[in-house]
Amino acid sequence: MSRFSRILSVAAVGLAAAAPLALAPPALAQDAPEGAPEELVIGITAFLSGPASVFGEPAQAAADMLIEELNAAGGVAGVPLRALYVDEGAGGEHVLSEYRRLVQEEGVDAMFASISSGNCNQVAPLAEDLQMLNIMWDCGTQRIFEEADYRYVFRTQAHATPEMLATVLYLLRTKPDFQTIAVVNQDYAWGRDSWNIFLTALQALKPDVEVVAELFPAFGSPDYSAEISRLSALRPDVVLSTAWGGDLDTFVLQSAQRGLMDISTFVLPLAESSLERLGTDLPEGVIVGGRGDHYFLHPEKVGDADYDAFVAAFREQTGAFPIYPVFHVAQALSALEGAYLGAIEANGGAWPDREQVVDAMAGLTFAGLGREVMIREDNQGLEDQLVGTTVHDDAYDFAVLDNMMIFDAEDVTTPVGAESVSWLSTLGPEMLELEVDSFSHTGP
Amino acid sequence: MAGRLNAQALLAVAAVVLIAAAPLMAQWVKVLLTIALAKGLAVLGIMILLRAGQVSFGHAMFYAASAYAGAFVGRWTGGGELFVLIGAGLAVSLALGLAIGVFVVRYRYIFFAMLNLAFSMVLFSILEKFFHVTGGSDGMRIARPTVLGMELERAPFEYVMFYLTLGLVVGLAWGVRRYLASPLGQALAAVKSNETRLEYLGMSARHALLVGYVLSAGLAGLGGVLASITQGLATPEIAYWVRSGEFVFIAILGGAGTVAGAFAGAVVYEGVRSYAAAYFADIWQMVLGAVLLAIILFAPGGLVGLAERLTGRRLRGGSADPAVAADQARVGER
Amino acid sequence: MTWQLAFLATLDGLAYAALVFMVAVGLTLIFGVLRILNVAHGSFYAIGAYLAASLGIAIAAGGLSPWLTFPALILAAVLVGTILGTLIERALLRYVYLKEDVLQLLVTFAVFMILEDVQRLVWGVNPYFEAVPLRLLGNISLGGIFYTNYQILVLPAVALLILVGLRLFLRTTLAGKLITAVTEDREMATAIGVDTGRVYLITFVIGATLAALGGALASPTTSLVPGMGADMIVLSFAVVATAGLGQVEGAALAALLIGLGRSFAVYLMPELEVLVPYLVMALVLLVRPEGLFGVAQRRRI
Repeated sequence: MSRFSRILSVAAVGLAAAAPLALAPPALAQDAPEGAPEELVIGITAFLSGPASVFGEPAQAAADMLIEELNAAGGVAGVPLRALYVDEGAGGEHVLSEYRRLVQEEGVDAMFASISSGNCNQVAPLAEDLQMLNIMWDCGTQRIFEEADYRYVFRTQAHATPEMLATVLYLLRTKPDFQTIAVVNQDYAWGRDSWNIFLTALQALKPDVEVVAELFPAFGSPDYSAEISRLSALRPDVVLSTAWGGDLDTFVLQSAQRGLMDISTFVLPLAESSLERLGTDLPEGVIVGGRGDHYFLHPEKVGDADYDAFVAAFREQTGAFPIYPVFHVAQALSALEGAYLGAIEANGGAWPDREQVVDAMAGLTFAGLGREVMIREDNQGLEDQLVGTTVHDDAYDFAVLDNMMIFDAEDVTTPVGAESVSWLSTLGPEMLELEVDSFSHTGP
Repeated sequence: MAGRLNAQALLAVAAVVLIAAAPLMAQWVKVLLTIALAKGLAVLGIMILLRAGQVSFGHAMFYAASAYAGAFVGRWTGGGELFVLIGAGLAVSLALGLAIGVFVVRYRYIFFAMLNLAFSMVLFSILEKFFHVTGGSDGMRIARPTVLGMELERAPFEYVMFYLTLGLVVGLAWGVRRYLASPLGQALAAVKSNETRLEYLGMSARHALLVGYVLSAGLAGLGGVLASITQGLATPEIAYWVRSGEFVFIAILGGAGTVAGAFAGAVVYEGVRSYAAAYFADIWQMVLGAVLLAIILFAPGGLVGLAERLTGRRLRGGSADPAVAADQARVGER
Repeated sequence: MTWQLAFLATLDGLAYAALVFMVAVGLTLIFGVLRILNVAHGSFYAIGAYLAASLGIAIAAGGLSPWLTFPALILAAVLVGTILGTLIERALLRYVYLKEDVLQLLVTFAVFMILEDVQRLVWGVNPYFEAVPLRLLGNISLGGIFYTNYQILVLPAVALLILVGLRLFLRTTLAGKLITAVTEDREMATAIGVDTGRVYLITFVIGATLAALGGALASPTTSLVPGMGADMIVLSFAVVATAGLGQVEGAALAALLIGLGRSFAVYLMPELEVLVPYLVMALVLLVRPEGLFGVAQRRRI
């Protein structure tokens, strides 16, 4: 081992002793295997500017915190980890050229890309071309593994189909007799695709449902007056919106102000990321999803010492509770560590090369801050889905979730080799009889 | 006279040699330069219109229309052939330039700028809205086309795109210079200084401006299709008004009115933008804005003007007398 | 399209048109006098909105009466307009009045880029929502649909006040007449001794304040995010070009056209909603090249 690594190990021991919290139990620094580099470098793309920075900033803060903890415990198999960030907000072209530069000039060992589905779509073939281990850590498009096979590209989270299907199942379980539905989605790929998936699933399971309005206001629209007036006139039983960020905030607040939320049941699959911001303006009885089993009061994790410590530390660092991008980046880091450890073991204790790490990703199971995720044979991750209904609790100055159901990933994810929309139209009533884990809100 | 031309030619040759040698050093720099040069073509188009004293805040629409034309042709022909894609893009941008130009050349100054803006925003909105056709905000992927029938790997393909773009740049730079020296090109300058007198001479100002407009649309389109094929994607974002503003920004940065300035400006801009966004992630827009202000306030001749001052040479035409030169060095005239 | 829906569409369009008018009228004033198309106008809108939200949050945190948020909106607008407007005009624009139109426009474009990052540095990236003024006024039921009083009454009322106020100001007060004079014929105004430098400053500050007021009044209705200025700029350009440069009444009419057009589109052809401002502008300009009320520019021979 080089002198530098030795010094680093000693320093790491010192830090580990001093660090008040860690994801792994505090331990002596591991000796890095033979052939190990001085550090592992990864590139992470996230929105650090623009409207989607509401996701990128917490993710970056979480990644920094988690990497610091990891390095304090010695790093990945004794090798410290360092992250370089690419701002997706600077545009798709910038992401692609920075991706190339990081791979070819900085010599990163792995890339985490991206938040934007558009960027994921473009980066995947590039990563395959460059033979770079690419972990899609947050984007929701279901298309990538359904349209082509990849060796180097993996997804450590679910995608739009299980997320929408779980929401449909929850809706049908809690409000089986509704008749009319309307959608107000942001007008871009996610908004269109997610509606397509949701509607296909809904029509397969409830063929007599009536769609009274399909509205796609422009992305970033500051004003939903006209849409709300129209819905107020139509009075649908259910209003769906897969919007997020400022757009969701505006839509919810304007709807609440004008009483639309008293008329219709709102279904907001991405609202977990807006709970704290919306405060008590988000009324009770709204169906909320978290793009996975992501919720800061995760019913199975609250009370776990490490989990609580992380949530508290995150709150202190950023002033807010963690939201789903935080959980997603934790999963990606955990997967990376797991892959390296697995590859080292398969390599007889010596440091693996990139091909061996990629091989180790197949079939990997890992856990971030929530339930375990597994990578199946088409490189897609199987992630359980949590959906709940809002209630108000005086202990918090924002709405929290009750009547939560966690859907098993295997039940709601498109099977290997199938195409999502075709598969969804074949679903039958047996989907409504699935076994799910249910939880109630238990307070702080 | 001969001395001035030599200086100009020397600069151009030096630039070309440097650029040709650079990729032997860094792979990803090739792609960056290719895209910068392609944008330089669009800026060249802007420069032609600046000669006539008009600014277009909508040329991103030709850049984007051409890129999407290439994307569609590529998709319909299962990958396609490089020169067919480029030809399609160029044809579409020229046609669009003619269709819009016929209306737009009736207007001047602010209305010219705003109408171009309006049309480009219409295109932007259509590209974003018609999700099922254009892929919406995700855009369309452009798979690597064959080159003269040969299928190439990524690295050789990037070399081809680089040298092709470089070749087109050199050829078109020469061509545009010739055009600007020709009567039609000179007529553009007359549109700026005194349009009515031009008409008294029997030339139609609109006709002269239309020719310039279509030419600039074709240049922007060529840049757009080249950049997008290199990048492998076309997104609606490239039609947004801020992109058009960037073209104008680069024209001023490089030194409005000079052909070399368009490309020097584009290369510098892309370089600064990439590094600023990478290292000053929070404030790169501010950095660019400050640079633009500095150029306008202190170095209105742009990069070429700075180079002139540093080398003491006259790199553009014009008088050596500083008072006369200052008068001549107004935007777009030389 | 039933009468009921048409009525609803009109109501929705009014509030939107009111906001757009406030921003556009400032832009058209500035162009009329300074002959500069201020690309940074959208930034005044955004910063006015953010400052109003911040003041609202401060008022709530200080435990003061929530009704103070109304004057806070006006205060935010005035602060942004005077401070930022004066700063930009004196420190930057003053040096480029003699330069080419292109360069002047690019200076404002550079200011826009800088202010976009300033917004992000000061207020961060998380969406802001301060709806206290809106909540205080409650709802009104019209045709079975609930509207907020703020949207239906306050916004159009303020826009109307500004329209009337500006008309009076420009026609009856001395400062207003000077501004009108400089708009009509800058050279002649200078020749008779008008201090054009002062007129420029006052006009720019008024224009900036109006834009900031638009933003401040918009802030209780919507979520404030980075980039809101950029979208507003293009919309105001469309209104100003449709109206004719320097035309205050024209801006009101154009804003109304575009606002109503947009909200009717949501009911009739939702997919075309985003295209409405540009289509209106293109159509108007094709028929009347100087804008609806524009004055044909004299040509030099």
